Amino acid sequence: MASNKKYWKSVEELNENSSIVETLQQNEFVEPIPTDEFLGDKETLEASSTTRRDFLKYVGFTTAAASLAACEGPVIKSIPYVVAPDEIVPGVANYYATTIADGFDFANILVKTREGRPIKIERNDLAKHGGSVNARVHASVLSMYDLNRLQGPKVNGADASWDDLNKGVAQKLNELNGQDVVLLTQTFASPSTSKLIAEFQTKYPNVRHVIYDTVSSSEALDAFQNKYGTRALADYDFSQAEVIVSVGADFIGDWQGGGYEAGYAKGRIPKNGKMSKHFQFEANMTLAGANADTRVPATPSQQIAIVRALTGGSASGLPENITAAVNQAKAQLQKAGSKGVVITGMQDVAAQSAVLNYNEGVGSVIMDTAQPKMTAMGSSAEVAKVMNGVVNGSVKGLITVGVNPVYAFPNKDFAKAYDNLEFSLAFASKEDETASRAKLIAATPHYLESWGDAQLKKGTFSLMQPTIRPLFDTKQFQECLLTWTGNDASYHDYIKDAWSSSVLAGGGSWSQALHDGVIASDVEVETDASTSDNIETSTSNGALNGATQGGLELTLYTKTGLGDGQQANNPWLQELPDPITRTSWDNYVTVSAADAAEMGLENKNVANGALNGSLVNVKMNGVTVERVPVLIQPGQAKGSVGLALGYGRRAAVQSEMQTGVNAYALYNNFSATPGNVTLEKVSGEHEFACIQLHNTMMGRDIIRETTLEIFNTKNVKEWNPVPEVSKDHEMIPVTSPEADLWDSFDRSVGHHFNLSIDLNACTGCGACVIACHAENNVPVVGKTEMRRSRDMHWLRIDRYYSSEDSFAGDVDKKENISGLGSSLSEFGEMEDPAANPQVAFQPVMCQHCNHAPCETVCPVAATSHGRQGQNHMAYNRCVGTRYCANNCPYKVRRFNWFLYAENDEFDYHMNNDLGRMVLNPDVVVRSRGVMEKCSMCIQMTQKTILDAKRDGRMIKDGEFKTACSAACETGAIKFGDINDHDSEIFELKNDKRMYHLLEAVGTEPNVIYHTKVRNTNEA
Amino acid sequence: MDNNITDRMEKVPYRNLPSKWSLVLFVFLLAFSVSQHTHAYTTVLPTVAVDTANGEALFKANCAACHKLYKKATGPALFEVGDKYDRDWLYKWVKNSQELVKAGDPIAVKIFEENNKSVMTAFPTLSNEDVDDIIAYTYTKKKTPVIVEAPTGAGDGGGGMSNNIILGILALVFAMLVIALFAVNKTLRRFADAQGVEIEEKEETKPIWRAFLENQFLVLVTAILLLLTAGYFAYGWMSQVGVDQGYAPVQPIHYSHRIHAGTNQIDCNYCHSSARKSKTSGIPSLNVCMNCHKSISEVAEATQLEGQNEHGVDYNAEIQKLYKAVGWDEATQAYTGETEAVEWVRIHNLPDFAYFNHSQHVTVAGVECQTCHGPVEEMEIMEQHAPLTMGWCINCHRETNVNVADNEYYEKIHAELAKKYGKDKITAAEMGGLECGKCHY
Repeated sequence: MASNKKYWKSVEELNENSSIVETLQQNEFVEPIPTDEFLGDKETLEASSTTRRDFLKYVGFTTAAASLAACEGPVIKSIPYVVAPDEIVPGVANYYATTIADGFDFANILVKTREGRPIKIERNDLAKHGGSVNARVHASVLSMYDLNRLQGPKVNGADASWDDLNKGVAQKLNELNGQDVVLLTQTFASPSTSKLIAEFQTKYPNVRHVIYDTVSSSEALDAFQNKYGTRALADYDFSQAEVIVSVGADFIGDWQGGGYEAGYAKGRIPKNGKMSKHFQFEANMTLAGANADTRVPATPSQQIAIVRALTGGSASGLPENITAAVNQAKAQLQKAGSKGVVITGMQDVAAQSAVLNYNEGVGSVIMDTAQPKMTAMGSSAEVAKVMNGVVNGSVKGLITVGVNPVYAFPNKDFAKAYDNLEFSLAFASKEDETASRAKLIAATPHYLESWGDAQLKKGTFSLMQPTIRPLFDTKQFQECLLTWTGNDASYHDYIKDAWSSSVLAGGGSWSQALHDGVIASDVEVETDASTSDNIETSTSNGALNGATQGGLELTLYTKTGLGDGQQANNPWLQELPDPITRTSWDNYVTVSAADAAEMGLENKNVANGALNGSLVNVKMNGVTVERVPVLIQPGQAKGSVGLALGYGRRAAVQSEMQTGVNAYALYNNFSATPGNVTLEKVSGEHEFACIQLHNTMMGRDIIRETTLEIFNTKNVKEWNPVPEVSKDHEMIPVTSPEADLWDSFDRSVGHHFNLSIDLNACTGCGACVIACHAENNVPVVGKTEMRRSRDMHWLRIDRYYSSEDSFAGDVDKKENISGLGSSLSEFGEMEDPAANPQVAFQPVMCQHCNHAPCETVCPVAATSHGRQGQNHMAYNRCVGTRYCANNCPYKVRRFNWFLYAENDEFDYHMNNDLGRMVLNPDVVVRSRGVMEKCSMCIQMTQKTILDAKRDGRMIKDGEFKTACSAACETGAIKFGDINDHDSEIFELKNDKRMYHLLEAVGTEPNVIYHTKVRNTNEA
Repeated sequence: MDNNITDRMEKVPYRNLPSKWSLVLFVFLLAFSVSQHTHAYTTVLPTVAVDTANGEALFKANCAACHKLYKKATGPALFEVGDKYDRDWLYKWVKNSQELVKAGDPIAVKIFEENNKSVMTAFPTLSNEDVDDIIAYTYTKKKTPVIVEAPTGAGDGGGGMSNNIILGILALVFAMLVIALFAVNKTLRRFADAQGVEIEEKEETKPIWRAFLENQFLVLVTAILLLLTAGYFAYGWMSQVGVDQGYAPVQPIHYSHRIHAGTNQIDCNYCHSSARKSKTSGIPSLNVCMNCHKSISEVAEATQLEGQNEHGVDYNAEIQKLYKAVGWDEATQAYTGETEAVEWVRIHNLPDFAYFNHSQHVTVAGVECQTCHGPVEEMEIMEQHAPLTMGWCINCHRETNVNVADNEYYEKIHAELAKKYGKDKITAAEMGGLECGKCHY
């Protein structure tokens, strides 16, 4: 069943005659050492002043010097505390519960600290509505150790003291008394901050507070406020859903703050023959679309009509394939009743209202309006007024907090107008585009150095506590407000005081709340949003009239890596490949294959396997974004293009990370669908760091999937067969001992670890990849090395496209015969594999084979097997032959081509003292010339075992964790001991969906996968 | 000396004693002090001789934590404290000082305030006699430390000189003999010449080295032997590269494990407390030192002498280094807040790629610290005792049985392994302690 489906990772692979794919399949290490290039260059060689004799002299001297130096051990100093804090034991990690609320990402988290340094972010299991601990949140710990952070306040560009700054602010505020001064802030969702701002405004009544969400959810907020009175976002619990219909809402990505993947994944694991059904109508290929059972490409203007049709309106004007899908969705919704839900990402108040009304009407149990999310508050109309006010000079002073309007406002005159402001104060952690132009800069601490509180969801309050002393001379915005309002209390005391009369009034202790990080309370607190009450019900939306303008409809989106762009200087996030395009270090305009062909745009794979693309100028209403690379995206709706926000940052971003183009220039009306753009091809080619074609598994049977119908009705042998091999001309299953070449070790004693990956639950979010980076000191290699496929990710998430027609072909054929003759041409187009592929994600790390091919070929026995099932890698023993990587069928071994730490050529966090503070002291930093790979977090399993030994107790199920399993929100990655027969992992191992990757090879991996089941065939 | 005593007598608060008693006392004291050759003490009960030994014992048990004789500590210096205050008042003070302070006694309040308002422990169990004994002890005079000049170069030089002279004479004798021999030889030759005696010249033979060189077999064998020997020594030499056994660097503060762990029997884990729960044993933070050194600002005289004579260290100066680093002002008995880090030189350096966890060995396995660190309690200067090579680790893992007693974690795994290997004791190696990944990650 599974084997008759063709998978492909790149459009190039569909081309049967492609020599590149052929070459790549033959080459493990795509880039040979360029000896020819060097030796072939006769001129340079001859012009060189270094003669052969000199060269030999140098070699001799350096060898001698090196060996002499090796004889003398360095003197290593150890400096203990003078007075050790009680809670710190050197070598033992402490965990603190805190909250990230940076205006884009909101989540309750646990912070792991070692010797007082935060080194890793973990999920906080105590927080039930804790938001999403996504890849950016995991990476945020590195953003604290950023060399480009502001080290203190500045006045008129010069370093100053806080007294100077406070004096300057007071003077200006008094001077501007009675004039329009705007306090433009991110959404804090913080009751104490709201209270403080209100107090500040009583002192300076001319200061207007406007909330600005860099990536706006304004229309959804307006719709919700109209209907329910609170400015908030409806929350959704997809775990209860039977039918999910999403129109342009990437709810597995960052739609309305994200955080829905855990609930969604729960409903996606077939239980008692049932799982949720997911329809997705969208223009760009998003994470949500990639996970959908039925994904229909539709341009933004079509999406508006789809919402209308779904919520009771007519479906006129839509192409037939979309109408068919809409009807199918409607039928399903009707059947599901209150277990169905419709959501939309359209930034249109009418569409948002229609969806709210629909869900309310059917009594959807998925939507929660009683306890909505408070993580966005901004109003686009208000923000637009500020933007125009600054430009036309009516706004005299602007205080920005946690936002970067010079970078993110879609108005090119704003920067100049901002320069001319009488009073400009920026609270920023870096000298970003706005701060660098501000007259006064207040340096703010990172959230891991700050106190704070937040109400992420109504009725759930969170605390933010510092996990390290401020690294620099920084002050929180709230501390400054306290000073300016003449309050001597610290912000900590202020929160505690405010809480005692509100959140903790009904009982509950401060210490407990601080320990847990969250506390539930029904207290109503004043929020900023309750002040703005005039909502414009008819926001102009480009998408509504977009179809008439000609050109291509643009959908702006945020990428998993950079989000809204505030962490642009974070190398982990820059290097995180986009889950869909597998491209890192860039943003690009995604174009459908059909449109690309029309405009003569192309993507091609060059000889070393890297991807090159055409460049275009993107034009809209007189605004041009120049030289944007083009990426042909399978599944992109024809007539639409996508472009990621958050890139193109230049200020306070180190040169390596000044990647991409600034798409905020096109963010008109703060709408993700601002209208139509025209693409104009320009000369030149862009070099992508795309790992799409790398590490291909040569078209073998690696992803197994089936449909719910087959899963429920057919025998497991049909959809998840154990491969057979021939022995004495008889076919025997590969798992039988007779098929085995090896003598097996006895693994029945002690622990035997297995890692389970459920392809149904994996949404491809990438949190595990960053968690793995942080836990295992995985180096960042940079764009050019990525392009050479020398990425060091121990854990990659492979993304496979598959075409619908080759999948479950019989059923589709039947449908075609049953009288849709007139729409055959439409279907024909849809069936073009590249036009609307299905997507599957597969996290792949070292499979820890019991019969590992890598182990047998290592000439120095640097890699060997442990009884606990882990394939060990002794770096100090490795001599770098790379035989193991050659012999690995899964291509999970990574070679250190260079020294990535303390090397100026790789000027990322490992090259400076500050950045190195994030390193995990329990894992060695690998040197040049050694192989490395996933260790199944042996440092974590060993620690769990040691803790149990010290306490003299058995280990409970669930105690064993790896970085990836701990980071996985959806529960797709589970880890445990299969020798414990009561454990969850033992159950998973014996599940009928279980299979091993490339089982036919007979490697007996300790990583198990669960067949993906799609809910497609239920009509 | 006698004058001294009488002078002092006039100061003591017993001057209203009947004069005959005074006389008796005077005579008694005179006799006592002379016979004992000790320093005089002046205040004693008229009837019973005070017991300074008891006083010393009591002082060390009860007072020494906060008081010193000649120097202010937490409390004031107590040397000759009997002279400063009324005896009855002292009894009250010792038994419950706070009562006096609360009652508003001006002297008590003054003392209380002079000493940072630190409350002195009440000693209601001490009798007046005990207090007298203690006070008597406080009159012990400070010994001036006698630095015995260690037998230095001067003394040694004397012995060396005489040896040299003998050697010199011998050399001279030899030289004269050689000269005599030459002279005799020369004279005999002259005689032979004169009398025409032919001296037979020896025929020149092939030198042995030439013979050796011509014998190719021998050359080959020698070459091989030489190479093998050189290889053997080269291997031995290279094997010790990076092995710092015996490494005993000079530390910024001369800390004597011999005194702390040996003489004073302080448990290793008292200072290296994280060894029980962490991977590192931890260099104690300075506040741990101050737990004791707040009141120990000087070592005993004998110890000081020993340090100076045998190890060339002024222990008291080393304690001052600690005070400087931790910011402790002895005069005010308070922290100044000015601290400086002490940069110890790390002795046991495992490479980064080897993971070692102290708690596994100390808490779980119950291995004595000395097993790896050697007789630390005898080390004046800490040194690396074990080679810390991988072979050394592995050997121990092969030989050591896992301590499974009373540890629920091991119950199942031990039972299964015992069955598998058919024996009750399971070594660390059999438990999986030789696998690469257990220490290298």
